[in-house]
Amino acid sequence: MTSLTIIRRIAARPAIVFDVLTTPEGIGCWWGPDDGPVLVAETDVRVGGRFRVRFRLRDGTEHESSGEYIEVVRPTRLVMSWRWTEGGEPDEAGEESRIEIDLRPVDIGTALTFTHARLRTEASRNSHEGGWNGALDKLERHFQKLEERNLA
Amino acid sequence: MAKSPASTLDHTFAALVDPTRRAILARLEQENRISISDLARPFAIKLPAVMKHLDVLGEAGLIIRSKQGRTVTVQLVAGPMEEAMDWLRRYERFWSARLDRLVARAEEEEAKVQSAELREHDE
Repeated sequence: MTSLTIIRRIAARPAIVFDVLTTPEGIGCWWGPDDGPVLVAETDVRVGGRFRVRFRLRDGTEHESSGEYIEVVRPTRLVMSWRWTEGGEPDEAGEESRIEIDLRPVDIGTALTFTHARLRTEASRNSHEGGWNGALDKLERHFQKLEERNLA
Repeated sequence: MAKSPASTLDHTFAALVDPTRRAILARLEQENRISISDLARPFAIKLPAVMKHLDVLGEAGLIIRSKQGRTVTVQLVAGPMEEAMDWLRRYERFWSARLDRLVARAEEEEAKVQSAELREHDE
């Protein structure tokens, strides 16, 4: 199963990060692309509640994604289902993936671990053995080596 | 986000899921060109099983086989892997840009809260 993990250290306490992640005002500041506005941000932050975010790109196209909150543990953990309902990644159209966010208090504030999991469910249905992460690590290492080779 | 050929990616990712196939690819990374018998030697599985894995890798376009005399050699092909990495990187860029702004916003909020707390403390 394909997943993508990004880690960030933030000079803000977990409760503040959690609220920026989940409140419409917070989402309005970060979800959209740099040069286009967030048009709609609706959140119902409780297990089973839904969210909807709509934004416009500079090229005028509008994109919308929505999902359901699966785990809500303020201020440490947030899990939600996620899908493009309009625009977005064509490969993923209508496919449900999952976003998992963990917020751990650290000296400077918060260590945020963001995982977009279950990407490309079609590919993962074809392969029950799992082992995606290993495969991707492998892929990444391979790619780095190729780049080193190309640079050499 | 830009479109990418789904079927090629599916083939690549499906081929990479199997640990034996990953081991084969790892070996091919080390040695640019290797005969099938040399390639099969370290594996506990029989040659026909190795051949089956090579078929999957070949269909995914990850390797190329060539015959020199009686020896069949195998070579790694980089294209499909690069494509798979590009696809993942696009998603990574998508979220990275957003998380950067999330961080900026949270840090602004934190600064506001801290100065409010300081004022409270002073009063």
